[in-house]
Amino acid sequence: MPHRYFVWLCLLPLAVLTVAFFLLPMARLVVTGAEGPQGLAGYLAILVEPRYRATLINTVLLAAATTVVTLVVATVAGMFLQRHRFPGRAVLIAMLTFPLAFPGVVVGFLIILLAGRQGLIGDLSNRMFGEKLVFAYSIFGLFLGYLYFSIPRVILTIMAAVQKLDVGLEEAARSLGAGPWAVQRDVVLPALGPAFVASGAIAFATAMGAFGTAFTLATNIDVLPMLIYTEFTLAANFATSAALSVGLGIIAWAILALARSFSGSTVAAAG
Amino acid sequence: MSVPAGHGASVRIETCGKTFADGTRALEPATLDIARGETLVLLGPSGCGKTTMLRIIAGLELPDAGGRVLFDDNDMTSVPIERRNVGMVFQSYALFPNMSVADNIGYGLKIRGMARQERAARVAELVALTNISGLENRRVDQLSGGQRQRVALARAVAIRPGILLLDEPLTALDAALRDRLRGELNRLLRSLGITTIYVTHDQSEAMELGDRIVVMQKGTIAQIGTPREIYFKPKNRFVAEFIGAANIIEAPVENGDLVLPGGRQPIGGEASQTTAVAMIRPETIRIVEEGAAPLSGTIDSVSFVGDRQRMLVSGASDKVLTVDAPNTVKAQAGERIGLLIAAEVVRLLPPENRG
Ligand SMILES: Nc1ncnc2c1ncn2[C@@H]1O[C@H](COP(=O)(O)OP(=O)(O)OP(=O)(O)O)[C@@H](O)[C@H]1O
Ligand SMILES: [Mg+2]
Repeated sequence: MPHRYFVWLCLLPLAVLTVAFFLLPMARLVVTGAEGPQGLAGYLAILVEPRYRATLINTVLLAAATTVVTLVVATVAGMFLQRHRFPGRAVLIAMLTFPLAFPGVVVGFLIILLAGRQGLIGDLSNRMFGEKLVFAYSIFGLFLGYLYFSIPRVILTIMAAVQKLDVGLEEAARSLGAGPWAVQRDVVLPALGPAFVASGAIAFATAMGAFGTAFTLATNIDVLPMLIYTEFTLAANFATSAALSVGLGIIAWAILALARSFSGSTVAAAG
Repeated sequence: MSVPAGHGASVRIETCGKTFADGTRALEPATLDIARGETLVLLGPSGCGKTTMLRIIAGLELPDAGGRVLFDDNDMTSVPIERRNVGMVFQSYALFPNMSVADNIGYGLKIRGMARQERAARVAELVALTNISGLENRRVDQLSGGQRQRVALARAVAIRPGILLLDEPLTALDAALRDRLRGELNRLLRSLGITTIYVTHDQSEAMELGDRIVVMQKGTIAQIGTPREIYFKPKNRFVAEFIGAANIIEAPVENGDLVLPGGRQPIGGEASQTTAVAMIRPETIRIVEEGAAPLSGTIDSVSFVGDRQRMLVSGASDKVLTVDAPNTVKAQAGERIGLLIAAEVVRLLPPENRG
């Protein structure tokens, strides 16, 4: 069966790649995580140790909020941009997707320019109310940075999905008496389900693991990637940082799996 | 609960034209009256504006300024489709993929706030009416084309629309199924008595379903009439050729006869005419012995198609004539024959203004 052999041959590079760059380092990471003074129990630290646990909750909440707000903003904007033709549309799309290539550090820098001590908002509020509004270094600044980071990505996915929507379905719903809100609820949102899951997953995972923005802004707040960084470089605590890394991966994965199975029924029905 | 006969609305379209944003003139201003309970068919070749006209009636397109759409003498022009109470069947069926068959059929009722039990009863009624029992809980992607068509129809009819609009509902189906569903659809429409506007480019579908047919050509109405009028008394060459096969002959006239290369053919026109454009349907020409008719020609070819045979005859007119003869007539290519054509079946058309 030469055909079978050919398929196996094609799988070989994939297997090599997976083993060399994925499985081996991952295995090493998992082993390292258990090599601390507490042994395997080091893995529980992320849940048990109050400081770690607070950081974890912080990170998950931040990522979840980022995902939800990103989806809402990007859906409204993406739907409008895809469905309407107006002068300046191309420029607007270019502008909205411009931050795609920015590294997290640049995004953090932009937030500081906006809401830092010398920032635009602080300047403005100082002049209007005599008080400087500075929130770049709070969790809200970080949240804004993450939004800035994920909205362009999600908008593009949503726009592609909206383009593929069958306008006939919306017209059919309207002919049956459905007003604009009912059409969105019963036809458009269910059809966009798969796009929400896919782009939401990316937004969530990115926000969980984002480092550059956090590194620039998170002076007063702890998020997991920052915690791992400090444990690793400053405290040289390899075992803990490895355990935290694995924990971060597993928790992000578990939440995504949950979201997927939760929306699975609607997605399957829409397929 | 049974559907009361004739609960449809009457429709009037007044000088409705349509120019799209990109400048395409899809519809010249047209006026059309559709009686309560009537089935009107919009028939024409691709791109002639049938769908545009239907969408204007539905409320999915706004007519150009000056156009008005009236249902039962109420101006509906600026009423959106969701408040026009029209049932619509789309060519692609547009069934909701995230709902079961029963939920699709009941969607309009749910939107209207009908109670669950009453809704279920109405859905069951329509499931029976459209012969889809047993499929209620299927997902839409588990249905065949014919079943989808029935679900789409059931969904449109469920809301008891005043007007039912169908855009080529059978085109996506294979020929045998199309024929069967056409008959079923015809019976259903008659029994419901809803005012129906049916778009098709298939003339036999139009003939079978329509009380009246509107033949459209490049955004204009070429002719409105009953199937018989359209077939036997086409107003112009376009209608004559679009509906069925037609021989169109242009020839000089002498004493009420067409003067043709193969003889003289009496026509029922005015004696003062000097030339005429005449239409003769292939099945109205009788093949007889040469000499037994004023007109004669030579058979070029005979194709046997079962229920009849189609012959091409040259020499009678300056163009080859198409003749549909009964399948019992014995004739062969090369044979000379007479062509017997009654003066009444020759339809005179207005002179050509080709454009
Ligand atoms: N949204 C639109 N914008 C611009 N032109 C359009 C639009 N919709 C239709 N047209 C044009 O208007 C004309 C009439 O279109 P319409 O869809 O009414 O034709 P139709 O008779 O339904 O044809 P078919 O049998 O192919 O469905 C066509 O030339 C078409 O290209
Ligand atoms: Mg059409």
